[in-house]
Amino acid sequence: MGTRITDIEIFEGQPLEACAALAIGEFCARLHVEPSGVIALVEAGVIEPAGTAPESWVFPASELLRARVAARLIRDLGVNAEGVAVILDLVEQRRALEQRLRRLERLLDELAG
Amino acid sequence: MQFKDYYRVLGVQRGATQDEIKRAYRKLARKYHPDVSKEPDAEEKFKELQEANEVLKDPEKRAAYDQLGGDWRSGQEFRPPPDWGRGFEHTRPGGAGPGHGPQAAEFSDFFDQLFGTQSPFGRPARPGGGRPGGFSAPGQDHVAKVEIALEDAYHGGTRTIELSSPELTADGHVVLKPRKLRVSIPRGVVEGQQIRLAGQGSPGLGGGPPGDLFLEVSLRPHPLFKVEGRDVTLTLPVAPWEAALGEAVSVPTLGGPVDMRLPAGARAGQTLRLRGRGLPGATPGDQFVQLKVVLPPDSPRARELFAEMKREVPFDPRAGLTSRQGSN
Repeated sequence: MGTRITDIEIFEGQPLEACAALAIGEFCARLHVEPSGVIALVEAGVIEPAGTAPESWVFPASELLRARVAARLIRDLGVNAEGVAVILDLVEQRRALEQRLRRLERLLDELAG
Repeated sequence: MQFKDYYRVLGVQRGATQDEIKRAYRKLARKYHPDVSKEPDAEEKFKELQEANEVLKDPEKRAAYDQLGGDWRSGQEFRPPPDWGRGFEHTRPGGAGPGHGPQAAEFSDFFDQLFGTQSPFGRPARPGGGRPGGFSAPGQDHVAKVEIALEDAYHGGTRTIELSSPELTADGHVVLKPRKLRVSIPRGVVEGQQIRLAGQGSPGLGGGPPGDLFLEVSLRPHPLFKVEGRDVTLTLPVAPWEAALGEAVSVPTLGGPVDMRLPAGARAGQTLRLRGRGLPGATPGDQFVQLKVVLPPDSPRARELFAEMKREVPFDPRAGLTSRQGSN
């Protein structure tokens, strides 16, 4: 698990891409969401499992975080899965725009000074 | 503990209808939800909103709260009256809702005492948290943000982070326990990358497995390097003769200084690439070096030589500019 140094343990962090994928049962359990909720998210295109039918779906670990954000928004804001898909797309676009804006602002700073 | 004015939190009058309360909450929830909001303190504000809504949306809780009277102000020292909650028929919801379970640990003492699990409005915790048919459940996952230096991302490194984890005590009370973790961050992490620490989330209920801890990595801005994914960019000051003559210069990189030969006749602003000198990975990023030609400090000798160059080397950098000046 970890090596001890005084009384604080060190834990190895695993990049999400390197983590094992999750079967639908464990995916639902970790999200505290019923399978119907997860199916709705997949049908709305919010998350993408590998596999053909719900019983055989396998989710990359990276989808877990995205699903959790989606579930939180559904629960807290009362939107449905399709609405959440739009929200997440817009949030991602906004993030990309902010990144571009910062780049341009830095460029402006450099040109000015 | 301090009184909380839930009406003020939601921005409604004391006599507001349930509809008005619902609408006010929905509007503010959109604005402050931490997953979409850019407001400062969004998380804190959102929890406050949830707590206020939890009380005001429920006619029973709201009636009991209203009985405390309208003279209390937010922040005032407050004690619940001895007959608190008596005379109400409390419906006990099945299953874990927002007022119960680990999330409720983030509500205030005020809520806890008046409406929490130990209050007349609460519910004694049972194994499995009252989930119908469910006995054990996996623990909640946690997400934490951690900022690391670019050098740590390049080399990998350990960080100590502090977290508050909600835990269920023996008597069914949920408390926030602070803890420190020293975490090893793999080399080559990029901005926004998520790292999973298995089993470091909340402990499971009824023997269920513990949740995971997910760290979201952000990179601290670096004085020299700009980062875009795995690529880094450095602005490199060079002397005019170095650019003109194509000399070798020493360039800082994340892995240490590297000698690079400028191409003869290199232009100001030209970008050169050092392959594979960015952040490591399956495909390592590159380092881009943007040349910035700078003049030597002013001196009589420098001026002499510049004057000679002016005579010997015909050059108008603005040749194309004036002809493009607007006519009508």
